Amino acid sequence: MDFFQQKWMTWILIGILGIGAFAPLYAGDARFPQWLEVVLGGLMSGVLYSLVALGLVLIFKASGVFNFAQGAMVLFAALSLVRLMEFMPLAVALVVTMAIMVAVAWVIERLVLRPLVNQEGIVLFMATLGIAYFLDGLGQTIWGSDIYTLDVGMPKVPKILLENVFEGGILVGMEDVIAAILAATLVGLLALFFQKTSTGRALRAVADDHQAAQSIGIPLNRIWVIVWSVSGLVALVAGIIWGSKLGVQFSLQLVALKALPVVILGGFTSIPGAIVGGLIIGLGEKLSEVYLGPYLGGGIENWFAYVLALVFLLFRPEGLFGERHIDRV
Amino acid sequence: MKASNKLKAAAAALAVAGALGGAQTAYAQSDEIFVPVLVYRTGAYAPNGVPWANGFVDYLKLVNERDGGVNGTKIAFEECETGYATDRGVECYERLKSKKPVAVNPLSTGITFALTEKVAADKIALFTTGYGRSESADGSVFAWNFPLLGTYWSAADMLVQHVAKKGSLKGKKIALVYHDSPYGKEPIKVLEEHSKKHGFTFIKLPVTHPGVEQKATWLQIRQQRPDYVFLWGWGVMNSTSIKEAIAVSYPRLQMYGVWWSSAEPDVLPAEAAAKGYNGIALGHSNERDAPVHKDIAKHLYDKGKGTAGNKSEVGDVLYNRGMISAMLVVESIRNAQAKTKKKVVTGEDVRWGAENLNLPAARIKALGFADMVQPVKTACNDHEGVRRARIHTWDGNTWSYTSDWLEADSKFLKPLIAAQAKAYAAEKKITPRDCSKEK
Repeated sequence: MDFFQQKWMTWILIGILGIGAFAPLYAGDARFPQWLEVVLGGLMSGVLYSLVALGLVLIFKASGVFNFAQGAMVLFAALSLVRLMEFMPLAVALVVTMAIMVAVAWVIERLVLRPLVNQEGIVLFMATLGIAYFLDGLGQTIWGSDIYTLDVGMPKVPKILLENVFEGGILVGMEDVIAAILAATLVGLLALFFQKTSTGRALRAVADDHQAAQSIGIPLNRIWVIVWSVSGLVALVAGIIWGSKLGVQFSLQLVALKALPVVILGGFTSIPGAIVGGLIIGLGEKLSEVYLGPYLGGGIENWFAYVLALVFLLFRPEGLFGERHIDRV
Repeated sequence: MKASNKLKAAAAALAVAGALGGAQTAYAQSDEIFVPVLVYRTGAYAPNGVPWANGFVDYLKLVNERDGGVNGTKIAFEECETGYATDRGVECYERLKSKKPVAVNPLSTGITFALTEKVAADKIALFTTGYGRSESADGSVFAWNFPLLGTYWSAADMLVQHVAKKGSLKGKKIALVYHDSPYGKEPIKVLEEHSKKHGFTFIKLPVTHPGVEQKATWLQIRQQRPDYVFLWGWGVMNSTSIKEAIAVSYPRLQMYGVWWSSAEPDVLPAEAAAKGYNGIALGHSNERDAPVHKDIAKHLYDKGKGTAGNKSEVGDVLYNRGMISAMLVVESIRNAQAKTKKKVVTGEDVRWGAENLNLPAARIKALGFADMVQPVKTACNDHEGVRRARIHTWDGNTWSYTSDWLEADSKFLKPLIAAQAKAYAAEKKITPRDCSKEK
């Protein structure tokens, strides 16, 4: 399989995706302004997928755990915030929700992770499955299962640009633009945190080897609480943006599942990978739904990401930006 | 006890308490009639499933509290959570079957498809009020199915009639944004037939479960600019559709939801921006002051026995739908009791009761549902009973009727129903009953 795992395979895959993206223009299926709208819409959706994927990458990078509960954390955080806002102003509710997410991280570390130190990755993964189900149920039990409107002042009305240039103009959702700016800011902050702070370096050391990190005095338990807390805060940001768009409700955590193919594409350990993976998936699924949907019967948006992830697993399992893993046997 | 052991013990106690306290269980005695309540109070469809379930359960409670049951026979019921998943729905049905239920309401077209053969073998009447498979209106083939008050084919037909009144549909475009499931696909056949008849272009846009990803769908709508959009969604898909319509500036005035896509959970998340959105109402809307509501307030909520968390939810569109669905089961039981002279009737008796249901306006008024339910009269060859509806429109705060009564065109639909039922009978090797010989 070495043939498939060469770096240039990545460029071939990206090239194929690029050709696919521009194909509708040459196949005569699309007029340029409409195609551009789909591209912009896809990129904006991709940014939102990246936001959830960031939480996944963060925990994987720092603890080697693939956190299946990230979607449930997004829902739990958003539900907590929106219900608390019924009793207090937004700023206070935000602080209280952050505290709740830190508390959740602490409880997870005490009850789930600590007893599982030095266990296989698959054991920790299974534990996060349990956390996901527990958080799902707990969130709905405490906060209810209705659709709650989350208004944090995001603009709902789209803007039509270049009306004089193209008939009908190009529609841009301002809510998506603001979400993209927020996501970019978050990525910048996380990159700084990982590269420039001692805690960030400690997190990376723990990810490499639990025992080795402990032997040089890195407190594993504290590190896990920190990383799950940061991941909880990323989940809160994702929850705010998704919740503002879709309303806060159970399906938020299903949308968050899209983060899985995103990290497969981008690489489990790469923050830029989460961003690029999200953009490719967002763009690909929207273009294929609009231009292939009429021929294939629609519904492509739902499975495109997973099929693409399968292709990447076959040809480049470490993802676009992931570190190649070589085991000495 | 160490701290970690204490925590474990507390968690175990909490789990046991939750399991015991959360379940709403009732065991049917020999002098009671058992009705299973298949619901979804959690998951992606809970916002719509919860009010229906509350309305259904509250009406059964009301009959027990106010009247001491149906002619003195109490109704026992038990909820089972399906999550709107067909496999879990079938599991619920199989689990509760041993309690000898007389009727089942699955609240899912997918589960209805899965149960259609089972109920005939188990002799349990399958009530699908306002949903289910449309061809099951033909009782000669579907003896155990009761899609009362209106099928999806009737709904699609009435919607086309309504928009056709605004001007000829020739050369126009109608898009159907539908839940990609048996439910969402139901109206396609009728809309295809209508597109041929009226000369409009019919655009099909499926949305996959649970329906939160619709950006591409609505970009297609922006590009193709249909004159009308019919929405056949459920749960969060509906509110997402309305939000995406806002995001691409598609006029809500040109949107029409089926009766499962036009309730409060569908429009409230979009708030004032949903203003002007229309839906076809299954005879009722969000009436709150009918005598039945007053009875429910008096006998249940004033005594702390109501099911909904908040009394203000009584009268919401889906709450009313649940209440009406329960009422039709209760009246079928009553009808069965009158025929058999038995207090505790069987599923077979209730099937007869549902097939010979006759609720004229006076009876509906006496039941407290005046202006919410149209007169219903079923027969062997008509398990639908009535096929009338109105359009209601969201004004930003509430629903209000904005059309006269519409009636589905039986002449147009009957041959379609008969052909589809015949094909089903041939596939399943069912010999259709001769309805002229049925009493």
